[in-house]
Amino acid sequence: MKAKDQTGRVEIRLAGEGGQGMILAGVILAEAAAIYDGKNVVQTQTYGPEARGGASKAEVVISEEPIDYPEVLTADVLVAMSQEACDKYASNLKKDGLLIVDIDKVKRIPLTNAIKVPITRAAIESSGKAITANVVALGLLVGLTNVVSRDAIEKAILARAPKGTEEMNYKALERGFAEAQALLAVKQKA
Amino acid sequence: MTVRLMQGNEAVGWGAIAAGCRFYAGYPITPSTEIAEMLSRELPKLGGIFIQMEDEIASLAACIGASVGGLKAMTATSGPGFSLMQEHIGYAAMAEVPCVIVDVQRLGPSTGQPTSPSQGDVMQARWGTHGDHPIIVLYPTSVSEAFDLTVTAFNFAEKYRTPVILLLDEVVGHMRERFESPPLEEIQVIDRMGTDVPPEWYKPFGDTISDVPPMPSFGSGYRYHITGLYHDPMGYPTQRLDEINPWIERVHRKINNHLEDILLYREENVEDANVVIVAYGATARSARHAMKLARQHRHHVGLVTLYTIWPFPEEMIQRVARIARRIVVPEMNLGQLALEVERLVGRHKVIRVNRADGEMISPQMILDALEGA
Repeated sequence: MKAKDQTGRVEIRLAGEGGQGMILAGVILAEAAAIYDGKNVVQTQTYGPEARGGASKAEVVISEEPIDYPEVLTADVLVAMSQEACDKYASNLKKDGLLIVDIDKVKRIPLTNAIKVPITRAAIESSGKAITANVVALGLLVGLTNVVSRDAIEKAILARAPKGTEEMNYKALERGFAEAQALLAVKQKA
Repeated sequence: MTVRLMQGNEAVGWGAIAAGCRFYAGYPITPSTEIAEMLSRELPKLGGIFIQMEDEIASLAACIGASVGGLKAMTATSGPGFSLMQEHIGYAAMAEVPCVIVDVQRLGPSTGQPTSPSQGDVMQARWGTHGDHPIIVLYPTSVSEAFDLTVTAFNFAEKYRTPVILLLDEVVGHMRERFESPPLEEIQVIDRMGTDVPPEWYKPFGDTISDVPPMPSFGSGYRYHITGLYHDPMGYPTQRLDEINPWIERVHRKINNHLEDILLYREENVEDANVVIVAYGATARSARHAMKLARQHRHHVGLVTLYTIWPFPEEMIQRVARIARRIVVPEMNLGQLALEVERLVGRHKVIRVNRADGEMISPQMILDALEGA
């Protein structure tokens, strides 16, 4: 018997360095699923004792069914925002799992079919702030996978955005969607 | 009814508020800090009191004082702070002061791993303070149970005049889940029993039918003595055997005569089970995952989730052991509650599944144990 056989759950892992907003991204994704899409969701996290730096990871499990084991068994999606995160978690992807990396941060990529996007650079270009990289990543993730609806992720991000940063976050999200759109268009052509 | 994503620690805070907690004294420590954080924000809005104390010893002392003064009181900590609180847990048990102590466990011993889960304080919660004392320890597996069992912890504390410990796994304290807040009128809240006898007739530690003496607040005209020494029905120190023995018998009886009320657990698929998993906290979720898969493969596996771990549900475990060939006990420690199960059903029947490295017990570890059962 294999524990990972249980179907009906979508398992997402968002990993990077402390300070990149990976845990907040996990919380927002979970809020999108729970509040706006009405699904069952469990969000967990791992982080070190440091406030900045160190490895940081958020996990989100989404299901129509009640969720028993709360953590990721084998990920359907891994977003890796640092080389360490990619090295550590890429081997725990499902066979047809999706690896998304920030190409400016991750140089050694173990999978040929990984999605490579300069996520942090796209954040700076679209919103002027590198700290919106987590929002670009969410746009990219949702645009490629539809694990939650676009409407839900947009509402969840805007509900979380501090006053005065709505526009900035909206632009970052739109950029993430656009990157996903471009990638899907290329795939369709091929 | 509003739906939101809520963290386990936050749910403890909201549960406390729903139960009528209006006093919190604590010292922040990972992975429990979110409880203090949210109560520092929410309690003052309700006219309640939040105090950040100088340490965990003082924190529980303040809670005991507040409770004697008539407020429902709580503190929260993790292993290192829980160790410091042991002295006053005994004092609360001796003085029969209702209070709730939350321990969001981290990997120990000592400072250990602040952000990693462990179930290492199971025995400490029972026996950490010295001397024979009654204690109730509750253990949620999810965010909504963290809310519910916090309410229950207060209800038990007030009803039985006893400290109640709520143990959380770091995973449950920090996880976020979909949470639908129940309507306030549906939440059962129990308050301590007061008295209408004149103050000069009141016996603070006297015998009653329920074995729980009524407890009017300090400052309401009832004056009495409180001590950690063995005391007579009026609260004054005693060395008389005919006062010591009745006291220790009564405080154990007030718990042991109400096990039907106090012992909370959930049985799933036990009736036809060859093997039953006995689990608690986040580990029970790994166990349920494993059970469902095993049953898909036509293995007759059952699960008992313990919500009350102390007092230990002895009769239920013995009943389950008469049905099942083997009992699997997974724990994020090197085997603590397994000792209780083994004591009741014999070591040959019990299969332990353990890890104490800061990672959850995986469903696969339990499945492997089931295949060998």
